[in-house]
Amino acid sequence: MAVLLMAAALVPFVANAYWLSAILIPWLILSLVALGQNILMGYAGQLSLGSAGFMAVGAFACYNFILRVPGIPFIVAVILSGICAALVGIAFGLPSLRIRGLYLAVATLASQFFIVWSLDKFAWFKNYDPAGVITAQKIMILGHDFASPREKYWVVLVIVLVLTLLAKNMARGSVGRGWMAVRDMDVAAEVTGLSLLRTKLQAFAISSFYCGVGGALFAFAYLQTVEPSAFTIELSFRILFMVIIGGLGTIMGSFLGAGFILLMPIFLNVFFHTVFGKSVDASIASALEQIIFGVMIITFLIYEPLGLARLWQLTKERLRLWPFRH
Amino acid sequence: MLSNKILRRGWSGVAAAVAMWATAAMSTSAMAQQPEQYFPVASMRVGPYNAMGTGIFGGVIDYLNYVNIKYGGVNGVKLVYEECETEYNAARSVECYQRLLNRGDQKMLLWDPYGTPLAYAVIGRVASDNVVLAQAGYGRTDAADGRVWPWVFGATANYWSQIAMKLNYIQQKEGGIDKMKGKTIVHLHIDTAYGREPLPAMRQIAKDWGFNLIEIPIAPPGLEQQSQWLQIRQAKADWVTFWGAGAGMSGTAITTAARIGFPRNKIIFVTFGGAEEDMIAGGAQATDTNVVAMVLPGKQWPLIADIEKVLYSDGAGKGNMQNPTRVGTIYYNRGVIAAVNYVEALRNAQKIHNKVGKPVNGAEFRDGYEALDYTIEARRKELGIDGMLPPYKLTCRNHEGAGTFHMMRWDGAKFEIVTKDWMGANDPKMIRQLIEDSAEKYAKENNITLRDCPN
Repeated sequence: MAVLLMAAALVPFVANAYWLSAILIPWLILSLVALGQNILMGYAGQLSLGSAGFMAVGAFACYNFILRVPGIPFIVAVILSGICAALVGIAFGLPSLRIRGLYLAVATLASQFFIVWSLDKFAWFKNYDPAGVITAQKIMILGHDFASPREKYWVVLVIVLVLTLLAKNMARGSVGRGWMAVRDMDVAAEVTGLSLLRTKLQAFAISSFYCGVGGALFAFAYLQTVEPSAFTIELSFRILFMVIIGGLGTIMGSFLGAGFILLMPIFLNVFFHTVFGKSVDASIASALEQIIFGVMIITFLIYEPLGLARLWQLTKERLRLWPFRH
Repeated sequence: MLSNKILRRGWSGVAAAVAMWATAAMSTSAMAQQPEQYFPVASMRVGPYNAMGTGIFGGVIDYLNYVNIKYGGVNGVKLVYEECETEYNAARSVECYQRLLNRGDQKMLLWDPYGTPLAYAVIGRVASDNVVLAQAGYGRTDAADGRVWPWVFGATANYWSQIAMKLNYIQQKEGGIDKMKGKTIVHLHIDTAYGREPLPAMRQIAKDWGFNLIEIPIAPPGLEQQSQWLQIRQAKADWVTFWGAGAGMSGTAITTAARIGFPRNKIIFVTFGGAEEDMIAGGAQATDTNVVAMVLPGKQWPLIADIEKVLYSDGAGKGNMQNPTRVGTIYYNRGVIAAVNYVEALRNAQKIHNKVGKPVNGAEFRDGYEALDYTIEARRKELGIDGMLPPYKLTCRNHEGAGTFHMMRWDGAKFEIVTKDWMGANDPKMIRQLIEDSAEKYAKENNITLRDCPN
């Protein structure tokens, strides 16, 4: 574990700017968002489709805090935007007390559309910027401008690590047990004395907090612009797929799933361009990439429905025994 | 276990890929004899905008190859390119930007993603990376002020000029600005940065002329427009300025307009969603639709005819277009002109910085781009593009260029040009003032000192 941490912290000294700013930073951020989605979906069993909407809340809250509160440290702004997202998450989590399953997913879909619509509609959120695409402010912590990819990576890494550790402990402790009890059978959970209202809304709040922080980081450390159309329903779906492919109810799965969904299309694009170069028509190559990606998802789901996290676990067990099998 | 089998099989695949990649890398380094200049191609060949992506980037790649084959490059410098798929997605395009930023020991000179949201996504990075953002007719409008945005160029026009040109055309049809009072114009737009971009200029003109402006957004990808067009009928709109993208959205607009009985000759399409593919998607009902053109279509231009001869004729098979009949269409010609800008800028940069026959860097290329000059007729004829684009030149202060367009009418099979000459805003000074005010406001908010510009 310590070795892994050291490696993560020292990566910027070997990786170039492309790897940091185009691969590692978005991967870490989307892992955090997937983790948020996993808390709600994998641990608490509440199917939600609004994660990109909560990310948008986080991104715009962060923009507005930095704009309107002079001298606010970036970390404080990020935490506050997470709290904003959590409040919105609680509001949209209220229907979960009455409906469940796919119906809840449809209800949370409303949050996605409502949030993006209201950010577009009310120009105050965008400080009356006519084009609606705002350049994100600098990341200032203690008077230092975290501008280079390396510095941004460290900021993201620290935030993601701390929140991941928190999530891991929450999932292991009484909070997580509450979520899982609700997930497995909410009537039984209520009979044993668990407050459904509290547990469900808590899951919504914490999940949205993670999404909000992720959204703020996505806008400030990765895209460097703040705009509603970056947080479309498509992103929500991609986050959902990350959780399903990574493994429901696992911390590791969020990271693996985010890596797969985010990096596999990029890898395929790079692969096709380097291997086939210009000998294959680029239009065909682009279409092929999408086909292969789709086939890979289906194959994974057929052979390992429990996700990449399970695959990882099996491989680890195998390697422990290698080369002597049972 | 099956999963382990897959893992084991996967390893051999990875090993093979690494081996292939290694040989590919070795062969390219061995061939690097002639000096090379590298251009990134941020294409979009899949997704809703693939007709635009394949046409425009096919044109760009064809022109780069054409210069290599016909002239052996630019003063002996071979033009090479790398392609990356953005899918018109801002996050993917940022990854592409970072991926293509460096190629071997060369850095890319320019970034031309052909999408306003994609241009916005990198506009804050280009200055520090020394990369020219060539947003030919799209992108952030107030970047036409070269004092605030030295690295961003909008040649030949931008969206504020375009909307002003459309309104100018409408007032001429209606019989003068005084007749515009009380008229209703609907701006029906896709709900992205691109769709909203013309609004500041349009609102200002609406206020000045006294017509009633109604803004109706359509959520992307815009394949459902029934309620919006009913709203247009209720408002008894006189004209519709349609600001969409993708053949699906354009076709839907035309068929829905036909269904509610809105006359097509009162709809004006935007440059980026107004090509043959968009009209064909609308079927027979598309006849009479107005479309604004920044670069004129057709094969009658000597350059396009020659590209077709060199790259496509007699099964030469060197062209990038999968469907060779698309050579000479709107998107294709626009791509060619974009690449003409790259190459002319490179030529200028070599001349200005005494590097004829040598590769240039980003800062030198920027100077070359700023020196683009299409006012000399002899040069336009030499390039074979005379008449295809408006004569213009860029200056330190003016990064927009012409700001003029042609209006075209779809006759059911092809476009015919309606306007006699290139046409711009009724009051270009007013648009320029809006642009500079907006840019100055941006500079003030972001503590940018204005670059000192002589002209």
